[in-house]
Amino acid sequence: MPIEPTIKSRPVYGTLSPQKGTEHLLIADAEGAQAILDLAKAAPEGFFSAAEIVFIPRATGDRYVAALKGLTPARFYEGPSIAAALPRLRQTLATAHVGLRVYLAGTEGLMGQAMQVALEAGIDHSSIQTEHRGSLARRVQCVHCKGITEDVTTQPVTCAHCGLTLFVRDHYSRRLAAFQGVCINAEDRSEQVPVEEAFP
Amino acid sequence: MSSGTTKLDVTVADVVPVNELVTRFHFRPTSGGLLPTFSGGAHVVVEMREEGKAPRLNPYSLMSSPLDTTEYTISVRRDDAGRGGSLFMHNRVKPGDRMVVSYPVNLFSLDLRAKKHLMIAGGIGITPFVAQTAQLAAEGGNFELHYACRTAALFTYGDLLRERYGKRVHLYHDDRGEKIALDRLLTSQPLGTHLYVCGPAPMIDWVRGRAAALGWPTENVHFEHFSAPQPGKPFDVTLALSGKTIRVGEQQSLLEAIEAAGVDPPYLCRGGVCGQCETNVVSHDGTFLHNDHWLSDEDRASGRKIMPCVSRFEGKSLVLER
Ligand code: FES
Repeated sequence: MPIEPTIKSRPVYGTLSPQKGTEHLLIADAEGAQAILDLAKAAPEGFFSAAEIVFIPRATGDRYVAALKGLTPARFYEGPSIAAALPRLRQTLATAHVGLRVYLAGTEGLMGQAMQVALEAGIDHSSIQTEHRGSLARRVQCVHCKGITEDVTTQPVTCAHCGLTLFVRDHYSRRLAAFQGVCINAEDRSEQVPVEEAFP
Repeated sequence: MSSGTTKLDVTVADVVPVNELVTRFHFRPTSGGLLPTFSGGAHVVVEMREEGKAPRLNPYSLMSSPLDTTEYTISVRRDDAGRGGSLFMHNRVKPGDRMVVSYPVNLFSLDLRAKKHLMIAGGIGITPFVAQTAQLAAEGGNFELHYACRTAALFTYGDLLRERYGKRVHLYHDDRGEKIALDRLLTSQPLGTHLYVCGPAPMIDWVRGRAAALGWPTENVHFEHFSAPQPGKPFDVTLALSGKTIRVGEQQSLLEAIEAAGVDPPYLCRGGVCGQCETNVVSHDGTFLHNDHWLSDEDRASGRKIMPCVSRFEGKSLVLER
């Protein structure tokens, strides 16, 4: 399902394509792997010998791992979670040089968080390639307790930290790489709000 | 009044020959006080008025420190083959003269989000960097300057910059066969480095070309290349909107000729880079001599656009939407 482009604050995602560069860092989660495999079809000779792939399979398990390894990147890292992959990414970027190109594919949560690390490292956001694949799940920050709830697919959602019932607003913060969640039954906490699958 | 080009009355405070080709001019506000602030990389357009001649307006980068606005300084390289703007500055302008310059405009500003600034200069292209390095040094900014020149005698401000910034400044003498190891330089910069280049056109093309090939995002590459308006054969132009027909003299730019006829088109750089003066062509019978860095190849092929600050025309007739 494509991401609706109507939310102004949300980044616009594109389609990965090979860029000129001395090194390539490709980061994907779940179905994002397919975006890397598709990019590979257009990649010039030698592209992957200067590439590192960071992959977080999540629910896809082994489905893409062999195919990604088959691209024979210079380095391949499979991580258990986005949170575990971020410090490693930070380290890679700390010693990297201009000429390294960054490609992000998969869920918005992955792209947003990896993008933030890349921006901190001094990479301009417009030079980073992104492609949305897979789940539309949102990363939500509770405006009350500031806690972040990952992989939110329902509207409303219960804050994983303070337990408030949050309405997920169409307001995306690039700085937090998260959507805003606001308490929906603030007047009467006992009020029950029907929960719907909104971001499959 | 053209956009962004409010004028300043200044008095020439000093004229300092720097070497065989380059002279430096210091301007102070005629009415006293301070000049408007500017940032490193800005230029002013200097009006050169000579008895019995149409005025000429040329852009020059400010090279004084942006932290000190008691005066503006520019350095002018003598161009014996040009239309005489630089010769006028060298031969005629004396301390005490009153002149008119535009407000500063910056089309080559530093990206202050950069983690490091890598600067590459050729020849007189050093001038914006003199101001930028002063600005960065005051802010504790991280920069490195690579500056190439033909000979030691022509190394305008080479010694000065070396003295100010030591190892951060690298000088390359063409006549000693010293060459910037560009690929090595471009592949060894930390993420977040921005690249700035100012110098002759072939140098700019070389640096931009290598940077693109080595994966530098265009957002990180900044360049400035003013074309000086070139002299050429006189030609006639009809200004359709104002109903005037004018002649562009040999030493005059098309923009200057339009202004001399009392029409005030917009401009900022007068060097073919900003795009402000873009003018529609109503009809033409002849050949355009495009000298700008603005129009796309399609624009040029269409024959429907011209940048009058630097470009000329040869042929039977030219009608512009002015
Ligand atoms: S005035 Fe800037 S391009 Fe002509």
